[in-house]
Amino acid sequence: MLLKVDELTICLSGKTIISRLNLQLHEGEMLVVLGPNGAGKSTLLKGLAGEHKTDSGSVFFSGQPLQSWSNRQLARQRGVMPQRVEVNFPLTVEEVVRLGRPPESLSKSTVILEELMDLLDIVHLRHRLASRLSGGEQQRVQLARVLAQVWDSTEPVLLLLDECTSALDPAHQQQVFSLLRRLARQRGFAVMAVAHDLNLAARFADRLMLLDQGTCFREGVPGNVLTPGVLAEVYGLSARILQLDEGYPLVIPTDMPSAASYVQPSKSSCLQAS
Amino acid sequence: MVILAAALAVSMISVTHGAYPLSGKNVLQLIGGDLHDDVARMVILDVRLPRLILGFMVGAVLAVSGAILQGLFRNPLADPGLIGVSAGASLAAIAVIVLGGTWLGGWLDLAGVWALPIAAFVGGSGTVFLAWKIARRAGQTSVATLLLAGIAINAVAGAGTGLLTFYASDQELRSLTFWTMGSLGHAAWDDVAMAAPWLILALLAAPFLARPLDAFLLGEQVVGHLGYNTDWTKRAAILVAGLGVGAAVAVSGLIGFVGLVVPHLVRQLLGASHRIVLPASALAGGTLLVGADCLARVVVAPAELPIGLMMALIGGPFFLLILLRTRMG
Repeated sequence: MLLKVDELTICLSGKTIISRLNLQLHEGEMLVVLGPNGAGKSTLLKGLAGEHKTDSGSVFFSGQPLQSWSNRQLARQRGVMPQRVEVNFPLTVEEVVRLGRPPESLSKSTVILEELMDLLDIVHLRHRLASRLSGGEQQRVQLARVLAQVWDSTEPVLLLLDECTSALDPAHQQQVFSLLRRLARQRGFAVMAVAHDLNLAARFADRLMLLDQGTCFREGVPGNVLTPGVLAEVYGLSARILQLDEGYPLVIPTDMPSAASYVQPSKSSCLQAS
Repeated sequence: MVILAAALAVSMISVTHGAYPLSGKNVLQLIGGDLHDDVARMVILDVRLPRLILGFMVGAVLAVSGAILQGLFRNPLADPGLIGVSAGASLAAIAVIVLGGTWLGGWLDLAGVWALPIAAFVGGSGTVFLAWKIARRAGQTSVATLLLAGIAINAVAGAGTGLLTFYASDQELRSLTFWTMGSLGHAAWDDVAMAAPWLILALLAAPFLARPLDAFLLGEQVVGHLGYNTDWTKRAAILVAGLGVGAAVAVSGLIGFVGLVVPHLVRQLLGASHRIVLPASALAGGTLLVGADCLARVVVAPAELPIGLMMALIGGPFFLLILLRTRMG
């Protein structure tokens, strides 16, 4: 077991954000953390990334308490992608991705950089300034940097990704999530990703964890977590669930009782187009 | 390479130009060991050379400190003056000038000719330390609080300086201008000996900060993710910039714009990676200051313009020009 979280509690300025949370993540496993806004997803991830102090409970990484790891050693095995990274200095895409690499020969890092920029479809942007890219392109650049950091690790790797596909178009969302699952399957990476897209999560995750108000509301394989009752209770979302032959559920949100009475204005240019 | 060549050229011009006319031939003769003109020899060795060395080091340190602080604050407008170094140093120096005859008389007797530079140095590093202490909460240094504390300290120190200026006599006011406008005119081997250890220390320590500062460009939290010790980096960066600028202000007074313009230019031309920005800024900053010093000496020879004034005169319009050009391009 690569990551083990016992009774973790995180308070921010007196307010309990994460409360007595338990979590386990194995090598080669992809866990997607879901939950409504303010459920504590990002705080949980930041706690595991060492950004927030934990108030009680314990976190074990590779069997050792997280505090006993040195920054440097952790960096070799743990890649973290924050929700937002702003680059307001003139760094090129290639330079940003290279920041993930430790000091090493240019030729060595270039091989890794080429591979990652190709995987994330940013090769054509390599000499552009990162600050001038679109939100989705910047996200891919940051993900490439995070992966560059742990790419040649010989030890087990943990990826903590906070909404790493939130600004991507559907094709790139699929591409990134299938890449992450491939990394889990083939290279044994343990992936913990926060996401909002239920169907993307259901399609690619081994396991889902649904957070609500700082605690784990439901955890398990997608088919067991994404049920109409659970979605209604946690999100207040009414939805139909189709169990696909491929083995994962498809969530189709339906009209909410309160929204159903809303009458759409008939004078709309969009309607004519359809 | 271009910067290096410019540095050498400017150094040569700086040695040869000034109130006492010298030629390049004199310098070559001196290096060759067969210069027999004693006055020329003395001018080169005791006047021009210490001034050149000091000017170059001060310019380099100011530019490098600017680059470091801009990286740390993730703001291309950060300046060594911003965290209160310059204001603290000049307040201390002016206090010595104005109150030297009365309250601080004992200090003058004790420290003699060193009274002013030492006071400036202590004042400068003291303010940085104070701003840093204020910004520290629960074992962490908040960069935003540091910036705000610096601004507040700047304001208080500025008011103190104004108050002292108000009480100063005519003679004292004349000395005050040295601090507020900056000058390398007093540079002698004594000053070099006093400031050089700190300046060189700052210049040598800076490259070690390059990688974590690069990480800082992506945000404070990313520094930790990439395996660097965030707090250690902040402390080291502030220490290096504070000591360096404190020493620089101690020997040359307030010289603005170098720390702002030089790193900005270097980034425009060579990119934002600190492994390039720091050494290139050092060279370019030194070159710029020596060049400005030349101009300051030549324009109204045999008198001199204060170099801080010169820098603002050249730097201001130049900076505006860059801004306009980048906006259009």
